[in-house]
Amino acid sequence: MDRLVFLLATGLARGLVVALFALSLVIVWRAARLVNFAQAAVATVAVFAAFAVTGATGSFWAGLAAALLTGAAVNAAVERGLVRRVPQGSPLPGMIVAIGLVMVLQSALGIAFGPRHRPMAAPFDERPFVVGGVPLLSPYDLFVLTVALALVGLLAWLFNGTTLGLQLRASAAAPEVSRLLGVRVPRMVTLGWALSGAVAALAALLLVPTELGLNAHSADLLFVHAFTVAVLGGLDSPTGALIGGVLVGVLVSLVTGYLGAGVAPLAVLALLTLVLLVRPAGIFAAAQVRAA
Amino acid sequence: MSAALAVEGLTVGYAGAPVLDGLALAVAPGEVVALLGANGAGKTTLLRALSGLTAPRAGRVLLDGADLSDLSVEDRARRGLAQVPEGRSVVTELTVDENLHLGALWCHPGRAARRVAVARTYDLFEPLARRRSSLGHQLSGGERQMLALGRALLARPRVLLLDEPSLGLAPRVVSQLMGVLRATARETGLTVLLAEQNVTSALSIADRGVVLSLGAVVVDAPAAELADDPALRHAYLGF
Ligand SMILES: Nc1ncnc2c1ncn2[C@@H]1O[C@H](COP(=O)(O)OP(=O)(O)OP(=O)(O)O)[C@@H](O)[C@H]1O
Ligand SMILES: [Mg+2]
Repeated sequence: MDRLVFLLATGLARGLVVALFALSLVIVWRAARLVNFAQAAVATVAVFAAFAVTGATGSFWAGLAAALLTGAAVNAAVERGLVRRVPQGSPLPGMIVAIGLVMVLQSALGIAFGPRHRPMAAPFDERPFVVGGVPLLSPYDLFVLTVALALVGLLAWLFNGTTLGLQLRASAAAPEVSRLLGVRVPRMVTLGWALSGAVAALAALLLVPTELGLNAHSADLLFVHAFTVAVLGGLDSPTGALIGGVLVGVLVSLVTGYLGAGVAPLAVLALLTLVLLVRPAGIFAAAQVRAA
Repeated sequence: MSAALAVEGLTVGYAGAPVLDGLALAVAPGEVVALLGANGAGKTTLLRALSGLTAPRAGRVLLDGADLSDLSVEDRARRGLAQVPEGRSVVTELTVDENLHLGALWCHPGRAARRVAVARTYDLFEPLARRRSSLGHQLSGGERQMLALGRALLARPRVLLLDEPSLGLAPRVVSQLMGVLRATARETGLTVLLAEQNVTSALSIADRGVVLSLGAVVVDAPAAELADDPALRHAYLGF
Protein backbone atom coordinates (compact mmCIF):
# COMPACT_ATOMS: atom_id res chain seq x y z
CA MET A 1 0.00 0.00 0.00
CA ASP A 2 2.80 2.40 0.98
CA ARG A 3 4.57 1.46 -2.19
CA LEU A 4 1.47 2.15 -4.28
CA VAL A 5 1.10 5.63 -2.79
CA PHE A 6 4.77 6.36 -3.48
CA LEU A 7 4.57 5.10 -7.05
CA LEU A 8 1.41 7.10 -7.74
CA ALA A 9 2.99 10.26 -6.34
CA THR A 10 6.21 9.98 -8.34
CA GLY A 11 4.17 8.89 -11.36
CA LEU A 12 2.24 12.14 -11.11
CA ALA A 13 5.43 14.23 -11.16
CA ARG A 14 6.85 12.25 -14.05
CA GLY A 15 3.50 12.32 -15.81
CA LEU A 16 3.38 16.11 -15.74
CA VAL A 17 6.77 16.22 -17.45
CA VAL A 18 5.46 13.86 -20.13
CA ALA A 19 2.35 16.04 -20.35
CA LEU A 20 4.48 19.16 -20.91
CA PHE A 21 6.38 17.45 -23.69
CA ALA A 22 3.12 16.21 -25.23
CA LEU A 23 1.78 19.76 -24.96
CA SER A 24 4.79 20.95 -26.94
CA LEU A 25 3.89 18.43 -29.69
CA VAL A 26 0.29 19.68 -29.63
CA ILE A 27 1.46 23.29 -30.01
CA VAL A 28 3.49 22.50 -33.17
CA TRP A 29 0.70 20.34 -34.50
CA ARG A 30 -1.79 23.17 -34.12
CA ALA A 31 0.55 25.72 -35.67
CA ALA A 32 1.84 23.63 -38.58
CA ARG A 33 -0.21 20.43 -38.79
CA LEU A 34 2.78 18.15 -38.49
CA VAL A 35 4.35 15.96 -35.84
CA ASN A 36 7.76 17.35 -35.04
CA PHE A 37 9.79 14.17 -34.77
CA ALA A 38 12.87 16.31 -34.08
CA GLN A 39 11.40 17.69 -30.86
CA ALA A 40 13.45 15.35 -28.60
CA ALA A 41 16.71 16.12 -30.42
CA VAL A 42 16.02 19.86 -30.22
CA ALA A 43 15.17 19.58 -26.52
CA THR A 44 18.40 17.65 -25.91
CA VAL A 45 20.42 20.37 -27.63
CA ALA A 46 18.71 22.84 -25.31
CA VAL A 47 19.57 20.77 -22.23
CA PHE A 48 23.22 20.65 -23.35
CA ALA A 49 23.08 24.45 -23.52
CA ALA A 50 21.67 24.52 -19.99
CA PHE A 51 24.41 22.11 -18.86
CA ALA A 52 27.11 24.36 -20.30
CA VAL A 53 25.63 27.56 -18.88
CA THR A 54 25.03 26.06 -15.43
CA GLY A 55 28.57 24.67 -15.49
CA ALA A 56 30.01 28.07 -16.36
CA THR A 57 27.90 30.21 -14.03
CA GLY A 58 27.05 27.78 -11.25
CA SER A 59 23.43 28.87 -11.49
CA PHE A 60 20.65 26.39 -12.27
CA TRP A 61 18.36 29.30 -13.19
CA ALA A 62 20.75 30.70 -15.79
CA GLY A 63 20.87 27.22 -17.28
CA LEU A 64 17.07 27.05 -17.31
CA ALA A 65 16.88 30.36 -19.16
CA ALA A 66 19.47 29.08 -21.66
CA ALA A 67 17.44 25.93 -22.26
CA LEU A 68 14.24 27.91 -22.92
CA LEU A 69 15.98 30.31 -25.30
CA THR A 70 17.86 27.56 -27.13
CA GLY A 71 14.74 25.40 -27.54
CA ALA A 72 12.81 28.39 -28.92
CA ALA A 73 15.61 29.58 -31.20
CA VAL A 74 16.42 26.16 -32.65
CA ASN A 75 12.78 25.38 -33.38
CA ALA A 76 12.22 28.81 -34.95
CA ALA A 77 15.30 28.25 -37.13
CA VAL A 78 14.07 24.79 -38.11
CA GLU A 79 10.73 26.24 -39.19
CA ARG A 80 12.17 29.23 -41.07
CA GLY A 81 15.15 27.43 -42.55
CA LEU A 82 13.80 23.97 -43.36
CA VAL A 83 10.13 23.22 -42.89
CA ARG A 84 8.93 26.38 -44.65
CA ARG A 85 10.99 25.47 -47.70
CA VAL A 86 9.50 22.03 -48.37
CA PRO A 87 6.22 21.51 -50.27
CA GLN A 88 3.29 22.52 -48.05
CA GLY A 89 0.42 20.56 -49.58
CA SER A 90 0.84 17.47 -47.43
CA PRO A 91 2.28 17.03 -43.92
CA LEU A 92 4.66 14.30 -45.05
CA PRO A 93 7.62 16.33 -46.44
CA GLY A 94 7.84 18.39 -43.24
CA MET A 95 7.82 15.28 -41.08
CA ILE A 96 10.51 13.63 -43.21
CA VAL A 97 12.68 16.73 -42.85
CA ALA A 98 12.15 16.53 -39.07
CA ILE A 99 13.23 12.88 -39.00
CA GLY A 100 16.35 13.76 -41.00
CA LEU A 101 17.06 16.53 -38.53
CA VAL A 102 16.95 14.04 -35.63
CA MET A 103 19.83 12.12 -37.21
CA VAL A 104 21.84 15.28 -37.89
CA LEU A 105 21.40 16.72 -34.38
CA GLN A 106 21.96 13.47 -32.52
CA SER A 107 25.05 12.60 -34.57
CA ALA A 108 26.43 16.08 -34.01
CA LEU A 109 25.85 15.81 -30.25
CA GLY A 110 27.40 12.32 -30.27
CA ILE A 111 30.48 13.52 -32.14
CA ALA A 112 30.87 16.58 -29.94
CA PHE A 113 30.20 15.06 -26.53
CA GLY A 114 30.62 11.28 -26.91
CA PRO A 115 28.23 8.59 -25.76
CA ARG A 116 28.74 8.84 -22.02
CA HIS A 117 26.04 10.12 -19.68
CA ARG A 118 26.94 13.36 -17.95
CA PRO A 119 25.36 13.49 -14.51
CA MET A 120 23.18 16.56 -14.01
CA ALA A 121 22.43 17.67 -10.49
CA ALA A 122 18.88 18.52 -9.54
CA PRO A 123 18.49 21.98 -8.01
CA PHE A 124 16.58 20.49 -5.06
CA ASP A 125 16.90 17.38 -2.91
CA GLU A 126 15.69 14.21 -4.60
CA ARG A 127 15.10 12.18 -1.44
CA PRO A 128 11.38 11.90 -0.75
CA PHE A 129 9.70 13.35 2.32
CA VAL A 130 8.48 10.60 4.61
CA VAL A 131 5.00 11.24 5.98
CA GLY A 132 3.87 8.83 8.70
CA GLY A 133 6.37 6.21 7.56
CA VAL A 134 5.27 6.48 3.88
CA PRO A 135 7.77 7.98 1.44
CA LEU A 136 6.04 10.55 -0.77
CA LEU A 137 7.29 13.28 -3.11
CA SER A 138 10.79 14.71 -2.96
CA PRO A 139 11.41 18.46 -2.89
CA TYR A 140 12.53 18.13 -6.52
CA ASP A 141 9.25 16.39 -7.42
CA LEU A 142 7.38 19.28 -5.81
CA PHE A 143 9.48 21.72 -7.82
CA VAL A 144 8.63 19.82 -11.03
CA LEU A 145 4.93 19.79 -10.17
CA THR A 146 4.93 23.51 -9.43
CA VAL A 147 6.81 24.47 -12.59
CA ALA A 148 4.70 22.20 -14.79
CA LEU A 149 1.39 23.46 -13.39
CA ALA A 150 2.54 27.08 -13.59
CA LEU A 151 3.52 26.60 -17.22
CA VAL A 152 0.21 24.96 -18.07
CA GLY A 153 -1.58 27.91 -16.47
CA LEU A 154 0.60 30.37 -18.36
CA LEU A 155 -0.05 28.64 -21.69
CA ALA A 156 -3.81 28.52 -21.03
CA TRP A 157 -3.75 32.25 -20.33
CA LEU A 158 -1.61 32.99 -23.39
CA PHE A 159 -3.84 31.05 -25.78
CA ASN A 160 -7.23 31.96 -24.31
CA GLY A 161 -6.74 35.29 -22.60
CA THR A 162 -4.56 37.37 -24.91
CA THR A 163 -4.91 38.80 -28.42
CA LEU A 164 -1.67 37.04 -29.37
CA GLY A 165 -3.27 33.73 -28.38
CA LEU A 166 -6.37 34.61 -30.39
CA GLN A 167 -4.17 35.16 -33.44
CA LEU A 168 -2.25 31.93 -32.80
CA ARG A 169 -5.48 29.94 -32.60
CA ALA A 170 -7.03 31.64 -35.63
CA SER A 171 -3.89 31.13 -37.74
CA ALA A 172 -3.82 27.45 -36.85
CA ALA A 173 -7.49 26.90 -37.60
CA ALA A 174 -7.95 29.06 -40.71
CA PRO A 175 -4.72 30.53 -42.11
CA GLU A 176 -6.21 32.06 -45.23
CA VAL A 177 -9.11 33.79 -43.48
CA SER A 178 -6.73 35.01 -40.78
CA ARG A 179 -4.42 36.59 -43.35
CA LEU A 180 -7.40 38.35 -44.92
CA LEU A 181 -8.06 39.85 -41.49
CA GLY A 182 -4.52 41.19 -41.29
CA VAL A 183 -3.04 38.50 -39.02
CA ARG A 184 0.63 37.87 -39.81
CA VAL A 185 0.17 34.12 -40.14
CA PRO A 186 3.76 33.19 -41.13
CA ARG A 187 4.98 34.95 -38.00
CA MET A 188 2.39 33.13 -35.89
CA VAL A 189 3.55 29.78 -37.26
CA THR A 190 7.18 30.56 -36.36
CA LEU A 191 6.05 31.72 -32.93
CA GLY A 192 4.17 28.45 -32.41
CA TRP A 193 7.34 26.50 -33.22
CA ALA A 194 9.43 28.65 -30.90
CA LEU A 195 6.95 28.32 -28.05
CA SER A 196 6.81 24.60 -28.52
CA GLY A 197 10.62 24.35 -28.53
CA ALA A 198 10.82 26.21 -25.23
CA VAL A 199 8.18 23.97 -23.61
CA ALA A 200 9.92 20.80 -24.85
CA ALA A 201 13.28 22.08 -23.60
CA LEU A 202 11.82 22.74 -20.16
CA ALA A 203 10.29 19.27 -19.99
CA ALA A 204 13.58 17.63 -20.94
CA LEU A 205 15.48 19.79 -18.47
CA LEU A 206 13.14 18.76 -15.66
CA LEU A 207 13.49 15.09 -16.61
CA VAL A 208 17.25 14.64 -17.06
CA PRO A 209 18.30 15.00 -13.37
CA THR A 210 15.97 12.11 -12.47
CA GLU A 211 17.53 9.84 -15.10
CA LEU A 212 20.98 8.46 -15.82
CA GLY A 213 22.31 11.80 -16.99
CA LEU A 214 22.72 13.79 -20.16
CA ASN A 215 23.68 12.38 -23.54
CA ALA A 216 22.43 12.70 -27.12
CA HIS A 217 19.54 10.29 -26.48
CA SER A 218 18.39 11.57 -23.09
CA ALA A 219 14.99 12.73 -24.32
CA ASP A 220 14.24 9.86 -26.74
CA LEU A 221 12.08 7.89 -24.34
CA LEU A 222 10.34 11.08 -23.25
CA PHE A 223 9.43 11.67 -26.90
CA VAL A 224 8.02 8.14 -27.25
CA HIS A 225 5.92 8.62 -24.13
CA ALA A 226 4.76 12.08 -25.15
CA PHE A 227 3.97 10.95 -28.68
CA THR A 228 1.86 8.14 -27.25
CA VAL A 229 0.07 10.70 -25.12
CA ALA A 230 -0.48 13.06 -28.02
CA VAL A 231 -1.99 10.27 -30.10
CA LEU A 232 -4.02 9.10 -27.12
CA GLY A 233 -5.42 12.52 -26.29
CA GLY A 234 -5.66 13.80 -29.84
CA LEU A 235 -2.92 15.96 -31.31
CA ASP A 236 -5.29 18.92 -31.33
CA SER A 237 -6.17 18.81 -27.66
CA PRO A 238 -4.13 20.47 -24.90
CA THR A 239 -6.47 18.97 -22.30
CA GLY A 240 -5.94 15.53 -23.83
CA ALA A 241 -2.18 16.01 -23.59
CA LEU A 242 -2.44 16.90 -19.90
CA ILE A 243 -4.69 14.03 -18.88
CA GLY A 244 -2.90 11.52 -21.12
CA GLY A 245 0.48 12.65 -19.81
CA VAL A 246 -0.46 12.03 -16.22
CA LEU A 247 -1.96 8.63 -17.13
CA VAL A 248 1.17 7.52 -18.99
CA GLY A 249 3.41 8.83 -16.20
CA VAL A 250 1.50 6.84 -13.61
CA LEU A 251 1.50 3.75 -15.87
CA VAL A 252 5.28 3.95 -16.31
CA SER A 253 5.78 4.46 -12.59
CA LEU A 254 3.58 1.49 -11.64
CA VAL A 255 5.08 -0.86 -14.23
CA THR A 256 8.61 0.19 -13.24
CA GLY A 257 7.83 -0.26 -9.56
CA TYR A 258 6.13 -3.64 -9.77
CA LEU A 259 7.63 -5.26 -12.88
CA GLY A 260 10.99 -3.52 -13.36
CA ALA A 261 12.33 -0.59 -15.36
CA GLY A 262 12.98 -2.74 -18.42
CA VAL A 263 9.28 -3.47 -18.88
CA ALA A 264 8.13 0.18 -18.82
CA PRO A 265 9.02 1.07 -22.44
CA LEU A 266 7.27 -2.13 -23.56
CA ALA A 267 4.14 -1.13 -21.65
CA VAL A 268 4.12 2.28 -23.31
CA LEU A 269 4.69 0.81 -26.78
CA ALA A 270 1.89 -1.70 -26.12
CA LEU A 271 -0.38 1.21 -25.20
CA LEU A 272 0.62 3.12 -28.36
CA THR A 273 -0.05 0.04 -30.52
CA LEU A 274 -3.40 -0.44 -28.85
CA VAL A 275 -4.39 3.18 -29.45
CA LEU A 276 -3.40 3.00 -33.10
CA LEU A 277 -5.33 -0.26 -33.48
CA VAL A 278 -8.45 1.25 -31.97
CA ARG A 279 -8.01 4.51 -33.89
CA PRO A 280 -6.44 3.24 -37.12
CA ALA A 281 -6.79 6.61 -38.82
CA GLY A 282 -4.72 7.81 -35.87
CA ILE A 283 -2.91 11.07 -36.10
CA PHE A 284 -3.47 11.71 -39.77
CA ALA A 285 -7.25 11.77 -39.50
CA ALA A 286 -7.13 15.17 -37.84
CA ALA A 287 -5.22 16.70 -40.76
CA GLN A 288 -8.38 16.71 -42.83
CA VAL A 289 -10.47 18.98 -40.61
CA ARG A 290 -8.43 22.14 -41.16
CA ALA A 291 -10.39 24.73 -43.13
CA ALA A 292 -8.95 27.28 -45.54
CA MET B 1 -10.70 61.68 -59.49
CA SER B 2 -8.43 58.73 -58.78
CA ALA B 3 -10.04 55.34 -58.43
CA ALA B 4 -10.29 53.66 -55.01
CA LEU B 5 -9.47 50.38 -56.69
CA ALA B 6 -7.83 50.01 -60.08
CA VAL B 7 -6.76 46.91 -61.97
CA GLU B 8 -4.40 47.17 -64.94
CA GLY B 9 -3.53 44.41 -67.39
CA LEU B 10 -4.23 41.67 -64.86
CA THR B 11 -3.42 38.18 -66.13
CA VAL B 12 -4.07 35.27 -63.79
CA GLY B 13 -4.02 31.57 -64.56
CA TYR B 14 -3.60 28.22 -62.94
CA ALA B 15 -2.09 25.47 -65.10
CA GLY B 16 -3.13 26.10 -68.70
CA ALA B 17 -4.63 29.09 -70.48
CA PRO B 18 -5.10 32.19 -68.30
CA VAL B 19 -8.45 32.65 -66.55
CA LEU B 20 -8.09 36.44 -66.63
CA ASP B 21 -6.27 37.91 -69.59
CA GLY B 22 -5.13 41.50 -69.35
CA LEU B 23 -8.17 42.56 -67.35
CA ALA B 24 -8.70 46.25 -66.59
CA LEU B 25 -11.18 47.69 -64.11
CA ALA B 26 -11.58 50.85 -62.05
CA VAL B 27 -13.92 51.42 -59.12
CA ALA B 28 -14.52 54.97 -57.87
CA PRO B 29 -14.51 55.83 -54.17
CA GLY B 30 -17.89 55.03 -52.59
CA GLU B 31 -19.05 53.13 -55.63
CA VAL B 32 -20.79 49.74 -55.39
CA VAL B 33 -19.95 47.57 -58.38
CA ALA B 34 -21.61 44.24 -59.11
CA LEU B 35 -19.18 41.71 -60.60
CA LEU B 36 -21.20 39.32 -62.76
CA GLY B 37 -20.43 36.36 -64.96
CA ALA B 38 -21.28 32.73 -65.56
CA ASN B 39 -19.90 29.92 -63.38
CA GLY B 40 -16.19 29.67 -64.03
CA ALA B 41 -15.94 33.14 -65.57
CA GLY B 42 -13.22 34.08 -63.10
CA LYS B 43 -14.96 36.20 -60.46
CA THR B 44 -13.40 34.35 -57.54
CA THR B 45 -10.05 34.32 -59.31
CA LEU B 46 -10.20 38.10 -59.73
CA LEU B 47 -11.07 38.75 -56.08
CA ARG B 48 -8.32 36.39 -54.87
CA ALA B 49 -5.78 38.14 -57.09
CA LEU B 50 -6.89 41.51 -55.70
CA SER B 51 -6.42 40.46 -52.09
CA GLY B 52 -3.14 38.71 -52.89
CA LEU B 53 -4.24 35.12 -52.20
CA THR B 54 -3.48 34.19 -55.82
CA ALA B 55 -0.37 35.61 -57.48
CA PRO B 56 -1.00 37.09 -60.95
CA ARG B 57 1.21 36.35 -63.94
CA ALA B 58 1.16 39.99 -64.95
CA GLY B 59 -0.56 43.26 -64.17
CA ARG B 60 -1.04 45.62 -61.26
CA VAL B 61 -3.59 46.27 -58.54
CA LEU B 62 -3.81 49.81 -57.17
CA LEU B 63 -5.51 50.88 -53.96
CA ASP B 64 -6.04 54.65 -53.91
CA GLY B 65 -3.35 54.91 -56.54
CA ALA B 66 -0.78 52.88 -54.57
CA ASP B 67 0.58 49.72 -56.18
CA LEU B 68 -0.13 46.65 -54.04
CA SER B 69 1.95 44.18 -56.05
CA ASP B 70 4.71 43.79 -53.48
CA LEU B 71 2.43 43.62 -50.45
CA SER B 72 1.45 40.40 -48.68
CA VAL B 73 -2.18 39.45 -48.10
CA GLU B 74 -2.04 40.68 -44.51
CA ASP B 75 -0.46 44.00 -45.46
CA ARG B 76 -3.13 44.61 -48.10
CA ALA B 77 -5.74 43.92 -45.42
CA ARG B 78 -4.08 46.44 -43.11
CA ARG B 79 -4.05 49.01 -45.92
CA GLY B 80 -7.85 48.79 -46.06
CA LEU B 81 -8.59 46.05 -48.56
CA ALA B 82 -11.02 43.59 -46.99
CA GLN B 83 -12.27 40.38 -48.54
CA VAL B 84 -15.11 38.11 -47.52
CA PRO B 85 -14.12 34.96 -49.41
CA GLU B 86 -16.37 32.45 -51.11
CA GLY B 87 -18.17 30.11 -48.73
CA ARG B 88 -18.74 30.87 -45.10
CA SER B 89 -15.42 32.17 -44.01
CA VAL B 90 -16.00 31.98 -40.29
CA VAL B 91 -13.22 30.57 -38.13
CA THR B 92 -15.30 27.66 -36.90
CA GLU B 93 -13.07 26.86 -33.91
CA LEU B 94 -13.54 30.36 -32.48
CA THR B 95 -16.66 31.83 -30.91
CA VAL B 96 -18.68 34.58 -32.57
CA ASP B 97 -17.18 37.09 -30.16
CA GLU B 98 -13.62 35.90 -30.86
CA ASN B 99 -14.21 36.06 -34.61
CA LEU B 100 -15.34 39.67 -34.28
CA HIS B 101 -12.45 40.62 -32.00
CA LEU B 102 -10.08 39.12 -34.55
CA GLY B 103 -11.58 41.39 -37.21
CA ALA B 104 -11.24 44.42 -34.95
CA LEU B 105 -7.71 43.60 -33.83
CA TRP B 106 -5.39 45.83 -35.73
CA CYS B 107 -7.56 48.84 -36.51
CA HIS B 108 -9.03 49.26 -33.01
CA PRO B 109 -6.01 49.24 -30.71
CA GLY B 110 -6.90 48.74 -27.07
CA ARG B 111 -9.30 46.36 -25.40
CA ALA B 112 -11.92 49.03 -24.61
CA ALA B 113 -12.04 50.36 -28.17
CA ARG B 114 -12.43 46.84 -29.52
CA ARG B 115 -15.29 46.10 -27.16
CA VAL B 116 -17.13 49.24 -28.30
CA ALA B 117 -16.58 48.42 -31.98
CA VAL B 118 -17.77 44.83 -31.50
CA ALA B 119 -20.84 46.04 -29.60
CA ARG B 120 -21.76 48.23 -32.60
CA THR B 121 -21.57 45.15 -34.82
CA TYR B 122 -24.00 43.35 -32.52
CA ASP B 123 -26.39 46.30 -32.93
CA LEU B 124 -26.09 46.01 -36.69
CA PHE B 125 -26.63 42.24 -36.77
CA GLU B 126 -28.92 41.42 -33.89
CA PRO B 127 -29.04 37.63 -34.37
CA LEU B 128 -25.29 37.56 -33.68
CA ALA B 129 -25.71 39.19 -30.27
CA ARG B 130 -27.69 36.18 -29.05
CA ARG B 131 -24.98 33.78 -30.26
CA ARG B 132 -21.91 35.62 -29.08
CA SER B 133 -20.42 32.68 -27.19
CA SER B 134 -21.41 30.03 -29.74
CA LEU B 135 -18.62 28.44 -31.75
CA GLY B 136 -18.50 29.29 -35.46
CA HIS B 137 -19.51 25.79 -36.52
CA GLN B 138 -22.72 26.01 -34.50
CA LEU B 139 -24.09 28.91 -36.57
CA SER B 140 -26.59 28.75 -39.40
CA GLY B 141 -25.54 29.76 -42.90
CA GLY B 142 -27.18 33.16 -42.59
CA GLU B 143 -25.57 33.81 -39.21
CA ARG B 144 -22.18 32.87 -40.62
CA GLN B 145 -22.54 35.25 -43.53
CA MET B 146 -23.59 38.05 -41.15
CA LEU B 147 -20.58 37.25 -39.00
CA ALA B 148 -18.22 37.29 -41.99
CA LEU B 149 -19.62 40.62 -43.20
CA GLY B 150 -19.71 42.18 -39.73
CA ARG B 151 -16.15 41.04 -39.08
CA ALA B 152 -14.92 42.52 -42.39
CA LEU B 153 -16.63 45.86 -41.67
CA LEU B 154 -15.02 46.01 -38.20
CA ALA B 155 -11.67 46.62 -39.87
CA ARG B 156 -13.15 49.83 -41.36
CA PRO B 157 -11.96 48.90 -44.85
CA ARG B 158 -11.56 51.33 -47.71
CA VAL B 159 -12.53 48.71 -50.27
CA LEU B 160 -14.61 45.61 -49.55
CA LEU B 161 -14.52 42.57 -51.82
CA LEU B 162 -17.41 40.13 -51.42
CA ASP B 163 -17.62 36.73 -53.08
CA GLU B 164 -21.20 35.49 -53.44
CA PRO B 165 -22.51 36.49 -50.03
CA SER B 166 -26.04 35.40 -51.01
CA LEU B 167 -25.06 31.79 -51.71
CA GLY B 168 -27.58 29.44 -50.11
CA LEU B 169 -29.35 32.11 -48.09
CA ALA B 170 -33.08 32.81 -47.79
CA PRO B 171 -34.28 35.89 -49.76
CA ARG B 172 -35.08 37.77 -46.56
CA VAL B 173 -31.53 37.31 -45.23
CA VAL B 174 -30.10 38.27 -48.63
CA SER B 175 -32.03 41.52 -48.69
CA GLN B 176 -30.98 42.26 -45.11
CA LEU B 177 -27.30 41.77 -46.00
CA MET B 178 -27.64 43.84 -49.17
CA GLY B 179 -29.37 46.55 -47.16
CA VAL B 180 -26.52 46.74 -44.69
CA LEU B 181 -24.03 46.92 -47.55
CA ARG B 182 -25.89 49.69 -49.33
CA ALA B 183 -26.32 51.70 -46.14
CA THR B 184 -22.67 51.29 -45.13
CA ALA B 185 -21.48 52.36 -48.56
CA ARG B 186 -23.71 55.43 -48.47
CA GLU B 187 -22.85 56.44 -44.90
CA THR B 188 -19.12 55.73 -44.83
CA GLY B 189 -18.07 56.02 -48.46
CA LEU B 190 -17.06 52.35 -48.49
CA THR B 191 -16.19 51.07 -51.95
CA VAL B 192 -17.65 47.66 -52.75
CA LEU B 193 -16.90 45.06 -55.40
CA LEU B 194 -19.62 42.43 -55.14
CA ALA B 195 -19.29 39.15 -57.06
CA GLU B 196 -22.70 37.56 -57.38
CA GLN B 197 -24.69 34.89 -59.19
CA ASN B 198 -27.78 36.49 -57.72
CA VAL B 199 -27.86 39.17 -60.44
CA THR B 200 -31.12 40.80 -59.40
CA SER B 201 -30.09 41.35 -55.78
CA ALA B 202 -26.63 42.54 -56.72
CA LEU B 203 -27.90 45.02 -59.32
CA SER B 204 -30.55 46.29 -56.91
CA ILE B 205 -27.89 47.81 -54.66
CA ALA B 206 -25.10 48.41 -57.18
CA ASP B 207 -24.30 51.65 -58.99
CA ARG B 208 -22.69 49.81 -61.84
CA GLY B 209 -22.42 46.27 -63.15
CA VAL B 210 -19.50 44.64 -64.95
CA VAL B 211 -19.72 41.29 -66.69
CA LEU B 212 -16.73 38.98 -66.93
CA SER B 213 -16.44 36.61 -69.86
CA LEU B 214 -13.49 34.80 -71.43
CA GLY B 215 -11.00 36.52 -69.18
CA ALA B 216 -12.02 40.13 -69.69
CA VAL B 217 -14.69 42.69 -68.86
CA VAL B 218 -17.20 42.48 -71.71
CA VAL B 219 -19.93 44.73 -70.34
CA ASP B 220 -19.58 47.76 -68.10
CA ALA B 221 -22.80 49.67 -67.60
CA PRO B 222 -24.93 51.44 -64.97
CA ALA B 223 -26.77 48.89 -62.84
CA ALA B 224 -30.21 50.14 -63.78
CA GLU B 225 -29.45 49.82 -67.48
CA LEU B 226 -28.16 46.26 -67.06
CA ALA B 227 -31.15 45.23 -65.01
CA ASP B 228 -33.51 46.43 -67.75
CA ASP B 229 -31.72 44.90 -70.72
CA PRO B 230 -32.95 41.35 -71.31
CA ALA B 231 -30.78 40.82 -74.40
CA LEU B 232 -27.63 41.61 -72.45
CA ARG B 233 -28.65 39.43 -69.54
CA HIS B 234 -29.44 36.61 -71.90
CA ALA B 235 -26.15 36.85 -73.77
CA TYR B 236 -23.82 36.88 -70.78
CA LEU B 237 -25.70 35.74 -67.73
CA GLY B 238 -27.84 32.97 -69.20
CA PHE B 239 -31.35 34.08 -68.29
N1 LIG C 1 -7.20 26.45 -57.77
C1 LIG C 1 -7.50 26.30 -59.08
N2 LIG C 1 -6.74 25.49 -59.85
C2 LIG C 1 -7.01 25.34 -61.16
N3 LIG C 1 -8.03 25.94 -61.80
C3 LIG C 1 -8.84 26.74 -61.09
C4 LIG C 1 -8.62 26.96 -59.69
N4 LIG C 1 -9.57 27.81 -59.23
C5 LIG C 1 -10.35 28.09 -60.30
N5 LIG C 1 -9.92 27.47 -61.41
C6 LIG C 1 -10.52 27.59 -62.75
O1 LIG C 1 -10.54 28.94 -63.10
C7 LIG C 1 -11.75 29.27 -63.75
C8 LIG C 1 -12.41 30.44 -63.03
O2 LIG C 1 -12.83 30.00 -61.76
P1 LIG C 1 -13.46 30.99 -60.68
O3 LIG C 1 -13.62 30.21 -59.43
O4 LIG C 1 -12.68 32.22 -60.65
O5 LIG C 1 -14.89 31.27 -61.34
P2 LIG C 1 -16.12 32.04 -60.72
O6 LIG C 1 -16.48 33.09 -61.70
O7 LIG C 1 -15.87 32.44 -59.34
O8 LIG C 1 -17.23 30.89 -60.77
P3 LIG C 1 -18.46 30.63 -59.77
O9 LIG C 1 -19.53 31.56 -60.15
O10 LIG C 1 -18.83 29.20 -60.08
O11 LIG C 1 -17.96 30.79 -58.38
C9 LIG C 1 -12.58 28.01 -63.79
O12 LIG C 1 -12.44 27.43 -65.06
C10 LIG C 1 -11.95 27.13 -62.74
O13 LIG C 1 -12.07 25.79 -63.11
MG1 LIG D 1 -16.66 31.95 -57.52
